[in-house]
Amino acid sequence: MTTATSKPESGRDTATEKEKWLHAYRRMMSIRLFEEQVNEVYTRALMPGLAHLYSGEEAVAVGICEALRIDDYITSTHRGHGHCLAKGASPDRMFAELLGKEAGYCRGKGGSMHIADPATGNLGANAIVGGSVGIATGAAFSAKTLGTDRVAVCFFGEGALGQGSLYEVMNLAQLWKLPVIYVCENNQYNEYTHYHETTAGTILGRALAFGVEAASVDGQDVRAVNEVAMRLVKRARSGGGPAFLQCDTYRYSGHHVGDINREYYRSKQEEHLWKTDRDPIVMLAKWLIDRGYTDAASLDGITSEIRATMEAAVKFAIAAPYPSVDEVEKHVYA
Amino acid sequence: MPDRELTFAQAVREALAEEMRRDSSVCIIGEDVAEAGTPFKVLSGLVEEFGAKRVVDTPISEAGFTGVAVGAAMTGLRPVVDIMFGDFITLTMDQMVNQAAKAHYMSGGHWKVPMVMRTTMGATRRSAAQHSQSLHAWFSHVPGLKVVLPSTPYDAKGLLKAAIRDENPVVFFEDKMMYKLKGPVPEGEYTIQLGVADVKRAGDDITLIATSSMVQVALGAAMMLEKEGISAEVVDPRTTWPLDEKTLIDSARKTSRVIVLDEGYGRYGVTAELAAVIAEGAFYDLDAPVKRMGAMHVPIPFSPPLEDATVPTEQTVFDAAKLMCKPS
Repeated sequence: MTTATSKPESGRDTATEKEKWLHAYRRMMSIRLFEEQVNEVYTRALMPGLAHLYSGEEAVAVGICEALRIDDYITSTHRGHGHCLAKGASPDRMFAELLGKEAGYCRGKGGSMHIADPATGNLGANAIVGGSVGIATGAAFSAKTLGTDRVAVCFFGEGALGQGSLYEVMNLAQLWKLPVIYVCENNQYNEYTHYHETTAGTILGRALAFGVEAASVDGQDVRAVNEVAMRLVKRARSGGGPAFLQCDTYRYSGHHVGDINREYYRSKQEEHLWKTDRDPIVMLAKWLIDRGYTDAASLDGITSEIRATMEAAVKFAIAAPYPSVDEVEKHVYA
Repeated sequence: MPDRELTFAQAVREALAEEMRRDSSVCIIGEDVAEAGTPFKVLSGLVEEFGAKRVVDTPISEAGFTGVAVGAAMTGLRPVVDIMFGDFITLTMDQMVNQAAKAHYMSGGHWKVPMVMRTTMGATRRSAAQHSQSLHAWFSHVPGLKVVLPSTPYDAKGLLKAAIRDENPVVFFEDKMMYKLKGPVPEGEYTIQLGVADVKRAGDDITLIATSSMVQVALGAAMMLEKEGISAEVVDPRTTWPLDEKTLIDSARKTSRVIVLDEGYGRYGVTAELAAVIAEGAFYDLDAPVKRMGAMHVPIPFSPPLEDATVPTEQTVFDAAKLMCKPS
């Protein structure tokens, strides 16, 4: 596992390394500021329904997706904005989807919990906990059967460990040596319940029981996540079979934007500790500055630039038209 | 030269084999589908022709492999999933209802799920309450799914080929009591469009709308009625969705009397829906209330005389039709 003081990766010159991690920094900051705007739009009562924010977990989506090609597949979750952005989705069309507008990725028919985008291999976010484990495994089955070298990544929270279908498909994937990586984002809470109260045994033990290659990583350290992801993706792509990666992370916000009073299930002190000591963006920023790849002023510049992009995306979405009501019966059948 | 005859099971197998030869993306996924050819031997010989990569045996994990089929269908394959007994669709419900049925709509038309789920239905096999149900109404309720109920070997072949070529998730219910039923199936290529009903027998006095094996029951009852001077028309919707409402309504308006027959449970079921279609479309042409006949609202019992009492028979349909046409 890499640490904040690890040496430059072998075989990479520093210019490439600098470019790679500045790119990752931008992606992580994009997710953070996207979610900041989502909360803002919700608070201003401009958004129909709710949204589940990914803030605090950015290093997982970015660390994994930076190890993927654009034609590799992902499946995402109800807390999926980070996965979409990390795989390359555009914030303006995402905000349009969140507001139910025709310009959205799903023409407004999916909303926050169902963003899908074939152009970036995003098979869709899923509002059933564990609902996409079969779809991701099926995409890997296609890749193997059709002889492409695509890999599928299945993102899910530790809450999905309670769903039996996960164990059915991990068994299948291992039997058939499918190129799928199950990424368990352990943000500590199944909705409003700590995972210790819902999860017997160990998380990795579940994968190991099937003989699936399993690893755990500090999900706040994007470079560590990426290093493991690169290895597992390479392994899957070359026929080595499925893998399971536990990423320990933290959900900064509530279960959804409306979950404001959280002290009955977790303390403010706990939240404060994660946000100050373990923030994935701060950790990467420190590393970039320590290595001389950037400085605080440049990073502030990046933040301002991305914030402006997000504000423009929100404006675009607010101004965008709703789909025509005629659209309601379209796309029920292909 | 008389038409070639095949059994229902042979017709299903021939449809699969022809489609697998035509399109290399078609594959079969399910429990004991390869060397075993399923407990009903419907798939015998397919793994020998197409290999284990395309006729894929799975663990006993209906939710898991149905989910895999959904994902595979979204990414370039056309899987045909085999769910051995229709009772086991309960285990696949999230994959079919929340995933397969909704992926196209939720993605604004971007993703498609061209998969088929083949499964069985039908009682009187002495298989008791968890291997005898006819649960096709459940899937018929869900927007995004299509549901096919073939009643003859000819229809089974043409409808299955159309289902495999369809761009949507299609559930194909085979009445296991019909697997040995023989009927004419011509050599050569044909498909039957989903959503087109078939008048299986023309008549003037009463319409028997029937699905799956109940079509055979209705045809038997129609022969008995003919001897009583009653001319019965038998109409087979062939698919519960899409539903050819026009053909059903036209027949009801012509004969003015309708019995709806389906082996599922009547309450909130297929017969309820079909009766409502007739009531809405032919009310002023009817001479009697629409009658519904289906499985009794009980778990299917094991004991033979009890089980036999749960489903409509030629005799019970004959009695009901005669009473409707010639009230005493």
